[in-house]
Amino acid sequence: MSSPSSQSRKRDPPTPASEDPLSPPSQRSRAHDTSTELQPMPTSPAMDNSLFSSPMAPRSVLQSEIDASSPLMYGTPSSRVEGTPRSGIRGTPARQRPDLGSVRKAPQVDMHSEPPSGDAAAGSEQGTGAAGQRLVIWGTDVNVGTCKEKFQRFLQHFTDPNSKEDENAGLDLNEPLYMQKLDEISVVGEPVLNVNCSHIQTFDADLYRQLICYPQEVIPTFDMAVNELFFDRFPDSVLEHQIQVRPYSAVKTRNMRALNPEDIDQLITISGMVIRTSQLIPEMQEAFFRCQVCAFNTRVEVDRGRIAEPAVCRNCNTTHSLALVHNRSAFSDKQMIKLQESPEDMPAGQTPHTTVVYAHNDLVDKVQPGDRINITGIYRAAPMRLNPRQSQVKSVYKTHIDAIHFRKTDEKRLHGVDEDGDQKLFTKDRVAMLKELAAKPDVYERLSSALAPSIYEHEDIKKGILLQLFGGTRKDFSQTGRGNFRAEINILLCGDPGTSKSQLLQYVFNLVPRGQYTSGKGSSAVGLTAYVMKDPETRQLVLQTGALVLSDNGICCIDEFDKMSDSTRSVLHEVMEQQTLSIAKAGIICQLNARTSVLAAANPVESQWNPKKTTIENIQLPHTLLSRFDLIFLMLDPQDEAYDRRLAHHLVSLYYQSEEQIEEEHLDMAVLKDYIAFARTTVHPRLNEEASQALIEAYVDMRKIGSGRGMVSAYPRQLESLIRLSEAHAKVRFSSKVETIDVEEAKRLHREALKQSATDPRTGFVDISILTTGMSATARKRKEEVAQALKKLIQTKGKTPAMKYQQLFDDLRGQSEAAITKDMFDEALRALADEDYLTVTGKTVRLL
Amino acid sequence: MPTVHDWINNPLGVVDGMFAQSHSSPDWEKKVVEYFKEKLKLNDAHAWVPSLNDVPLHYLKPNSLVKFRCMVQDMFDPEFFMGVYEMNDPTSNSKQVKCGKYKDVTECGVDFNSRNTVTSERQTFYCVPIPGESQWVKESYAGTSQARVVPSTSYVPNRHKRSYEEDDEMDTQSQQMKDVSQGAHSSADSHGNMEPKRQETKAPSQDSSPSHCTSSLDLNFPLPGEKGPACLVKVYENWDSFKLNDMLEVFGILSVDPALSVIADEREASSLLDPTEGMETVEEQRVHSPPASLVPRLHMLHAQPLVHNNPLLPSSALENNGDHLGSVLGELASVRAELLTFFTHVLMGDSLAAEYLILHLISNVYSRRDVLPLGKFTLNLSGCPLSSPYTEHLYNVIQQLVPSSFRLCMSLHNMNNHRMVPRKDYTANRLMSGILQLANNTSLFLDETQLEQGQLDTTGVQNITALGNLISWQKVDYDFNYHQMEFPCNINVLIASEGRSLLPSDCQIHLRPTLNPPNLEEYLSAVQVAQVPSLINKYRIYLSMARALNYTISDEITKAVEEDFVEMRKDDPQSMSAEDLHRLLVVARLLSLSHGQNTLSRDGWMKAKQLEVLRISQTQQQKCLNGNEP
Repeated sequence: MSSPSSQSRKRDPPTPASEDPLSPPSQRSRAHDTSTELQPMPTSPAMDNSLFSSPMAPRSVLQSEIDASSPLMYGTPSSRVEGTPRSGIRGTPARQRPDLGSVRKAPQVDMHSEPPSGDAAAGSEQGTGAAGQRLVIWGTDVNVGTCKEKFQRFLQHFTDPNSKEDENAGLDLNEPLYMQKLDEISVVGEPVLNVNCSHIQTFDADLYRQLICYPQEVIPTFDMAVNELFFDRFPDSVLEHQIQVRPYSAVKTRNMRALNPEDIDQLITISGMVIRTSQLIPEMQEAFFRCQVCAFNTRVEVDRGRIAEPAVCRNCNTTHSLALVHNRSAFSDKQMIKLQESPEDMPAGQTPHTTVVYAHNDLVDKVQPGDRINITGIYRAAPMRLNPRQSQVKSVYKTHIDAIHFRKTDEKRLHGVDEDGDQKLFTKDRVAMLKELAAKPDVYERLSSALAPSIYEHEDIKKGILLQLFGGTRKDFSQTGRGNFRAEINILLCGDPGTSKSQLLQYVFNLVPRGQYTSGKGSSAVGLTAYVMKDPETRQLVLQTGALVLSDNGICCIDEFDKMSDSTRSVLHEVMEQQTLSIAKAGIICQLNARTSVLAAANPVESQWNPKKTTIENIQLPHTLLSRFDLIFLMLDPQDEAYDRRLAHHLVSLYYQSEEQIEEEHLDMAVLKDYIAFARTTVHPRLNEEASQALIEAYVDMRKIGSGRGMVSAYPRQLESLIRLSEAHAKVRFSSKVETIDVEEAKRLHREALKQSATDPRTGFVDISILTTGMSATARKRKEEVAQALKKLIQTKGKTPAMKYQQLFDDLRGQSEAAITKDMFDEALRALADEDYLTVTGKTVRLL
Repeated sequence: MPTVHDWINNPLGVVDGMFAQSHSSPDWEKKVVEYFKEKLKLNDAHAWVPSLNDVPLHYLKPNSLVKFRCMVQDMFDPEFFMGVYEMNDPTSNSKQVKCGKYKDVTECGVDFNSRNTVTSERQTFYCVPIPGESQWVKESYAGTSQARVVPSTSYVPNRHKRSYEEDDEMDTQSQQMKDVSQGAHSSADSHGNMEPKRQETKAPSQDSSPSHCTSSLDLNFPLPGEKGPACLVKVYENWDSFKLNDMLEVFGILSVDPALSVIADEREASSLLDPTEGMETVEEQRVHSPPASLVPRLHMLHAQPLVHNNPLLPSSALENNGDHLGSVLGELASVRAELLTFFTHVLMGDSLAAEYLILHLISNVYSRRDVLPLGKFTLNLSGCPLSSPYTEHLYNVIQQLVPSSFRLCMSLHNMNNHRMVPRKDYTANRLMSGILQLANNTSLFLDETQLEQGQLDTTGVQNITALGNLISWQKVDYDFNYHQMEFPCNINVLIASEGRSLLPSDCQIHLRPTLNPPNLEEYLSAVQVAQVPSLINKYRIYLSMARALNYTISDEITKAVEEDFVEMRKDDPQSMSAEDLHRLLVVARLLSLSHGQNTLSRDGWMKAKQLEVLRISQTQQQKCLNGNEP
């Protein structure tokens, strides 16, 4: 809400009538009534409907030069429809709507001189029929009465049982939606009614067409209608000003690039990103002049951005005696906003377009630079005059949009569930095509092979990444105290250098809309999370978000994961399990959502993968972090002839196949993108009974394998991973149920990944504890054995209080059949020291 | 001498005539475009059109047809204009329907309420001359121009002489050669410092238009020190088919209406009257409507995308000029041999490096498989002598041979201070250019020998990252403040360094000089002077031709290559990774192309392998040598 001072004061003029003798308040106020803001269109008057079915020629954007002082401007009482809003509204001030261009006065015209007949309701087709309602707004086919009635009927009867909008949360979906909203207005007192245009479209297509084509005329009519309705229902409620209708989601245009001259003066909705906002501009709506000679007051309204200063005082006939009194003039707030195309909408190789948007009154300061918004408004164009003294005109128009409604597309990210954060609209054909694809039995294989086709084989890795792209189902257990369950799947790729890990990462980064790509070497903890900085202009503290926050709901690709500093890596702990990021810095303490999947790539420490070592030893990452990855894949050079042959074939074909051949073989990247986007937004699979049983069995099996050898091979985290993977696989099939086959595939993939990364190189068994504790169970067992052997050795030596370190080592080696390294010996000593059996000081070992 | 063509001198008359005839049927627009296309097709007609590139702006007649060889640097928002408007004629008190297309300003007395007004849409591109275009290219294009440009005003340019000189020379057949040879000589003479020479040749345009000197207007050229006219090109159709950084030859109507400048001058005055006007920032005004005397407007009638900007080759696709191609291919082998010897001399006797330099110069990103650019061949020439200005000479040689190039000294100062990645300036609403905004097939010469020890600041690190991205993925991420946008590019990067470069590269070769001339500078200039200008021209044609050839691999060879790869892996899997195969395939491709073969032969494959083996041994040898040294 803007401050009261900026509101148009003239609505309920405190001015005594004596000050304004020539224009009595009754007349004046009516002149400002919303309905008088209707104005003619430059096109031919009273077009009939058939004209609109054909594409219209680019219309002139020039305004009518009808003399503003003509009596036509103010209409006559008889030309008004019975029951002006004022009758039911009892003094609630109307508020000017500069967003509708009210500065330009224009008449609504009774096209035919005959007075409106009584059966106004019957006249559905204006300007065509012989009898019936003929009163239309000049230049349009809008009849105020019919239009109002239609809209009131819409408000009273429209229900949307399948509504998913979060604005409608808490409303009874089976009751008329907008009546509930009116109730809300009466309670909250915010006199704005947001109306979804698609609702109007489903309710009354003709009304919708009128709204789109003549927003400037139709919206004030809507205002009238809603105010009548409201004050009928709540005669006692007090509002700051009359209710204003704000339509949104006009389906006319989605993309800034698609705007063309035909859209001028129509209601449009476009999406984009705010890049700049201007300061608040007070725009004069009405100038107040006082005669310096006789103190006579007069008001002049703004006409097309100009004030026509009266040259002669009407009272005393003195010329050039009137002076502007600023603080009695009426101003309204205005703000210029620059909107830029969202990067997703852009064709490759071009720069984004920008559009100027003007926000008025309470829409001022609603958006900030960087916000992604959907804006509904009226597209305007005005000719540019070079110079008032020149008659030459630059033949270019200035275009802008008068904003009527803002809707932040990323606003919903703040509260909870949001998978459809950036709703992408798919055409029916596209959806049908995607569904057809989903119905194919081999869709999973198809999609995975479409992923990064230039990278050879690594089928399972691609499948893993594919599941990561789809993600699991988000679950909320905050009621039971567990908070959100992570739905994102994290994957780590490790392996030899030059196995196209980076390329895979680049591909994924290019595929997902909200992807971030960083390199471990070049990123710091702040770069990943967020940092606070002082805005040089406003001196405000601003929170700048880093890669992890930016990729909320996307994928954060981190290359050279192993090169990351420990402190940087530590911030990932929170992100990868809790999916949040806590910041306490420079007086800002907050928790940001970072529901991002992490796709990381790491090189082995010794630059070449050492198959004799475990994963942990090879990449030297803390196991606390490793256990947060659902899948860890090794990308190794297999060094096998058949593989080499296929690889060579693949690479060579890369170099000689033409574009068309490639197209034939693989799914288009765009299809894959859409498929993923569609699945993510629309499919939310849940486990069915069999699947849960299968999961339980799988988990128990995994535990059993380990317990047979005296070790634990599965933890609840692995079970969660399995669930996520199965859900993702169900999403691939567009299935709302997770079934056994999904679980099977999840198990297989999980096992494959485990086989690669959690195999104990000494025993050849899969051992999950390598990842969870950093040491395999066999290694731990061996450690204990050595310690025991050492203890026995010392005991056999009898009562010697001190021994030589080297001597003891040699003895142990001589005694043991297995080779014992110095490391193992040291470990054993340490274990015994922990038992308080001995102490090691320098080169001597003392018994306690 | 040709007669004065109406369609060149008064294209608007032609347009208006056609508009009047059309009786407002909508297809007149197409007819106009067709008409000019036809005219331009006629025997070398386009040579008669004066070019903005080599004729100073004030020599050109306003509202005449001109051409402009340029790169699209920025794309502004589309604008709506009065395509057709009605005009009140105060003298006869009648109304007239006028056409507003291809014009910036309407005539007096526009009737804003006329129903005949048609609003149309057009797009504005900000175009700059092709960045880094070599001097010889400019001169050669200017030389082929047949346009007689006579200063149309009473203005007396103080450097008249030069333009007459050029005109006279044009009459002789050998002019082109002469011109080029002049270029070669002058650059050879003035090597060591290119700047004075550039200034000298540029002088006429600069002296004669004082506004160039006084103006503080940033014309937003990608490369520092560039000169030439920038131009706002108004595009009336198919603007979606143009992309940023495209090279174009635009034929259009020049508009330098002083009324356009009035807008800029009287901005303050008008802003008081029109509140919407005042909302645009001063910066934005300045950028989007600069004075027409500095940034002329060009209303596009026809644009030809340029595949290359080598004036010695026909600008159209190569297939159409079979005979031309044939004649070049005939002597291709000899030209290649000559060029190899030339490079060997320049590279102080290292013929292997010379071979690789040829491969590098003809490399070209011919396709992309998802993120992977195919065909790029970034060469790291290590072992360049540090002390002498050797790299500078090397660059001069390359500059003489390729149509556009740029040498970037990677000194700490440069890295920390230059803006490499183009950045969107939201205040002025334009794309601030950077060094890496280059047209396709530009040779970027990175001189790492200039890099000293010290600290890179944030900009420096970003610049290095950008260079790395450019080399690895052939893309530049333009900075749009709130997000980045990826623009694919096709730039040949050559890194000259002392040791192995800190930037990634596809192929590293260590220079092993066999000659050791006592005075390097004298030696190099002698080598350059020894080249006959006609030969240099042949080199230029050869390099551009070889790059554009088509290339295929037969199934049979595919099999052989696969066999070979498996075989090599058998012996030693470490020596031959997938990456090595990638490189080998590129080398084989380039090697075949450099010999004018457009398919890979078994022989070519073997040669490529040999070449690689030689290179690796040479590089490794160097490593060992370095290792042994204390």
